Amino acid sequence: MRQVAKWALDMAARRGASYAGARIVAQRSRALATKNGKVGSASDAESVGMSVRVIADGAWGFAASAELDRGSVEATAAHAVEIARASARVKQHDVRLAPEKAVVAEWATPYRIDPFSVSVDENIALLLKIDAELRSVAGITLAETNLNFNREEQWFLSSEGADIHQTKLSTGAGYAAYAFAGNEIQKRSYPNSYGGQWQNKGYELIDELKLVENARRIAEEAVALHGADQCPEGKFDLILDSSQLGLQIHESIGHPIELDRVLGMEANFAGTSFLTLDKLRTLRYGSDLVNVVADARQEHGPGLGTFGFDDEGVPAQCTPIITSGLFTGYLSSRETAHTIGENRSGGTLRAEGWNRLPMIRMTNISLLPAEKPLSLEQLIAATDHGILMQTNRSWSIDDKRYNFQFGCEIGWEIKNGKRARMVKNPSYSGITTEFWNSLDAICSRDEWTLWGTPNCGKGQPQQVMGTGHGAAPARFRGIKVGSAYKSG
Amino acid sequence: MLTSDQAGEIFDRIKKLSTADEAEVLFSGGRFALTRFANNTIHQNVAEENHVVSVRTVFGGRTARASTNQFDSDSLREVVRAAENLAKVQHPDPDLLPMPDAAEAAGSADRSVRSTPAIPSRYFEETAGITPEQRAEGVKKIVSVAGRYKLTTAGVFSSAESCEGIFNSRGLSDWHTQTLAEISITMLVEDSSGWQKANSPDVANLDPLLLAETAAKKAVDSARPREIPAGKYTVILEPAAVLDIVGFMFWDYSGMAILDQRSFLTGRMGTKLFGDNISIWDDVGHLLQTGAPFDGEGVRRERIGLVENGTVKRVVFARATAERVKRSEYREKAGPIAATGHGFPLPNEMGEMPLNIVFARPRDPQSIEQMIASTERGVLVTRLWYIREVDPYEKMLTGMTRDGTFLVEGGRVQGGVRNFRFNESLIHMLSNVDAMGVPARACGEESFDMVVPAMKVREFNFTEVTKF
Repeated sequence: MRQVAKWALDMAARRGASYAGARIVAQRSRALATKNGKVGSASDAESVGMSVRVIADGAWGFAASAELDRGSVEATAAHAVEIARASARVKQHDVRLAPEKAVVAEWATPYRIDPFSVSVDENIALLLKIDAELRSVAGITLAETNLNFNREEQWFLSSEGADIHQTKLSTGAGYAAYAFAGNEIQKRSYPNSYGGQWQNKGYELIDELKLVENARRIAEEAVALHGADQCPEGKFDLILDSSQLGLQIHESIGHPIELDRVLGMEANFAGTSFLTLDKLRTLRYGSDLVNVVADARQEHGPGLGTFGFDDEGVPAQCTPIITSGLFTGYLSSRETAHTIGENRSGGTLRAEGWNRLPMIRMTNISLLPAEKPLSLEQLIAATDHGILMQTNRSWSIDDKRYNFQFGCEIGWEIKNGKRARMVKNPSYSGITTEFWNSLDAICSRDEWTLWGTPNCGKGQPQQVMGTGHGAAPARFRGIKVGSAYKSG
Repeated sequence: MLTSDQAGEIFDRIKKLSTADEAEVLFSGGRFALTRFANNTIHQNVAEENHVVSVRTVFGGRTARASTNQFDSDSLREVVRAAENLAKVQHPDPDLLPMPDAAEAAGSADRSVRSTPAIPSRYFEETAGITPEQRAEGVKKIVSVAGRYKLTTAGVFSSAESCEGIFNSRGLSDWHTQTLAEISITMLVEDSSGWQKANSPDVANLDPLLLAETAAKKAVDSARPREIPAGKYTVILEPAAVLDIVGFMFWDYSGMAILDQRSFLTGRMGTKLFGDNISIWDDVGHLLQTGAPFDGEGVRRERIGLVENGTVKRVVFARATAERVKRSEYREKAGPIAATGHGFPLPNEMGEMPLNIVFARPRDPQSIEQMIASTERGVLVTRLWYIREVDPYEKMLTGMTRDGTFLVEGGRVQGGVRNFRFNESLIHMLSNVDAMGVPARACGEESFDMVVPAMKVREFNFTEVTKF
C-alpha cells in the first residue's frame, strides 16, 4: 500500500503540488440486528480505496478512487491537482499549514478479542437471548437489538515525509424495547439509545456491558412508563445520567469548539458557533466545577475519538477546553491553528473513509469527574426537589449552538433526597452557557463512563464520524423542564 | 461509470461462484464532485469515483448480504463466500419469499392493482460533464453577488452521475442511471443570514445568480433581527421548510411500521387526520422527481395515493410485508395490500418507505406574496433546522428556524426576527393549512427531496426564542 501512496505523491509533485497527503484505507464492517425474535439484518461490508489531498497554487484539491492500479492512482492524483488549480480561481489568500514534524509510525487499537473472530452463530444467539428477555415482559410490542464491529486500516504518507500505518477497531452493541398502548409509544434503551454503547476496543466490550442482565429491567420500565405521570413543567434542579450528559457535552460543547465552524467554514450546513475568537480565555463557559478536555490519547480511554495520529499525521493530544469554568481551547487543524495564535495543530482532522476529505472532528470531549467521592445515589440524596433524567430520546440545538432542547426516555421526580415517582416524557431546554454555569455537582470517577457517539454528521458531502464523551452524572440548578409538551 | 453490460457480466461471474439456492446482486455508485466555498473562498473541492457490488444469497430460507467495492476475481470470490457464510448460519425466515422474476417485478402478475409509471430520462450529458473549472466559475458568480451586497457567502456546487442496478438468479435485471447538480448558498451579515438551495438532474435548470440574489436579499432584509415572544403564530413556510418538517412522517407510511406498532398511523388508517386540502402521492414518475423506478428487490415502483383530502388511504409494502399484513389483524385496515415497489434491500428491519413524495396541487394555489398580503400577523420561515421527534404517536417534532425568519404584519414583511424553537405536531399542522402554493421540487438538509408547496399554517407552536 505504501507504493500506492508513493505513486500518488510523485504524480502530485510532478504536477506542481506544494503539499500532498495520500491515504489508503481498508475498512471492514459487520452489522447484525434482530427484531421481535428474528434476525433483522445480517451484513458484511468491505471498502478499499485511496485519496490524495493536495495544495497547488495556494488552494486545496482532493480526489479519491477505489482503483489502486498505478494508472488510476496517478490519474486520481493529477485530478486532485487540477481541482486545486480550479479552487485557486476563487480564493482570498493562500492556504497556510502549521508546521508538523513528519513521523514514521505504527499504531493500533489495543484489544483482547478480535470481534470478527467471534462466530456469527454466537452473536445471533446473544441477540436472540436479549430479544427473548425483552419480549417476556407483557406489554412490549417491539424489541430491537444490534451488534456492530468495524475495523479500519490506514496508510498515510505525505510529501513532507510522514509514513503512518494505523489500525482502529471499534465495537458497538445495544437494544431497545417499545411499548405501544392507547395513544402512546414508550421506549427504553440499553446501555444507551440509538445503537447502544460503542468503544474502540474488541469483543470484550460485549461482556462488560451486561446486556442480558439488564434486559428485563429495561423492558419493565418501558411498560411502566405508560402508567407514569407526565413530567411536570417548570424550573427544577436537574440531574442527568452520564449517557444523556455525554450527548449534552457533544452538542453544546463539542460542536461549538470546532474551529472550522467558528471560522464560518460550515456556515451553509452544520452552522457556525457562538464561540467567536474573542471568547477564547475570556468566556466563563461554565461553573468552577466544569473541566472539559479534548483528549484523543489512549490513556484517556477507548473512546471512538481515540487514535495514534489524525488524518494529516498529527499525533493524538489532550487540549484543555474548559478549565475551572473558563473557555480555554478549540479543536484545530494544521490549516486553522494560526487563527488562534497556535503554531501547531490540535490534531483533530479525521475522515469517514478513503473517499472523504479529513475535517475537524471531535475526539473524546469529556467532562472530568469530581475528585471528591460522590455517587449518583449520594447526589440524589443531596437533592431536595428535582428531576433525574436518563437516556436520550430526542435532541435539537440551533445552528450557533445556543438554544437546545433534549427529551429523555425516563425521568424520576426527586423529593427530599428520594426518587418519589417515575415520570414520562421528560424534557429540558436552555441556553448553553447559562446551562453549564448552573452546574453545581458532578459525581466522581467510579460513576464516569466514556460513551461513544457513532453517528456524528458534518460536512458536505456529509460524513459520519464516531466521537467519545466521558461523563459522570451531574446536577444543574433551576433548569427549564417540560416546555416540549407545553401547548402555546 | 459502470454500465449495465459490465454489471451483467459481473453478475454472471458471481452466479457461477455461488452455490446458493438463489443469488441477487445490487450495483450502485458513480462519479461525484463537490466544490465547497466559505468566506468567499473555495476551501474544499473534492471528487471521487466508486462502485459497490452487494451480494445476497439464500439457502433454505436463510439470507444475508455482503458487499465490496473491489471487482477483481479474488474480491468477488470473497464477497460471495462472505454472503454465503453469513446466510448459512442464520435461522430460516418463514416470511422470506422466493426472489421475484422479471414478470412479477414488473407487476404483470397482478395488473389489476398495480400502476407502475414510466419515468423520464434523468441522465443529462451536460450535468455529467461538469468540470472543476465550471463549478469554480459558478462559485465566482455567487461570490460576486455577495461582494455587491457586502456579504460573506458559503455553500456548495456539486455534480454527480450515478448508477443503480439489480440482477437476480430468477432472471430479473434492471438498471437506472441519473445525474444530479446541486447548488446551496448561505449569505451572511453580522447578525443575519439568508439561504437558498436547488438541485436537478439537468444543470440547465439551476440558476446560481438567481439563487445568490434571493439568499442575499434574505440576509439583508433580516438584518438587525428583533426579538418577539414565543407563542402560537400564523406561519408562512417556504417549500424547503415544509419539506424539512413533513419528511419526518413518511417512515410511518409503511406496512412494516404498522405491524411493528411504531407508526403514528397504527389504528388510524382510513381516518381523517389532516385538513381537506391535503392530498399526498408517492410518484417516482413525476417530472420533478428523481430516483430509480424499482425497489431493493427489483419490484417496479407503483404510484400510490397515500393521503386523499386529509384521509390516510394507503401505505406502501415490500413483498414480504404485504404477505405478513394479509395474515395480520391489520388486513382489514391497511388499504389495498400488495407489493408496491417500495421495499429496502433485504435483509432489513424497516421494510419499506415512500421516497418520491408529491403533494397534490391545491384548487386555488397562492404565491408566497399573496400569503403574506393576507396575513395580519405572522412569521415567514425560509428553512427549519435540527428537527427531531419528541412524541412518535402524536408526531410532535421540535426544531429551529434558520437563515431568514421574518415578522409579517399588516400584510407586509416587517423585517427579521430572532430564530424560534418550535414544538409542533404534524397532525395539528396539516390540519391547519389555510393556503398552499404550487408544489415545487424542494431540497433541504433535514429530509429527502420532495415536490411540496409553500404553506400558510395557523397556530404554529413556537415555544422558545434563541439569541440571534
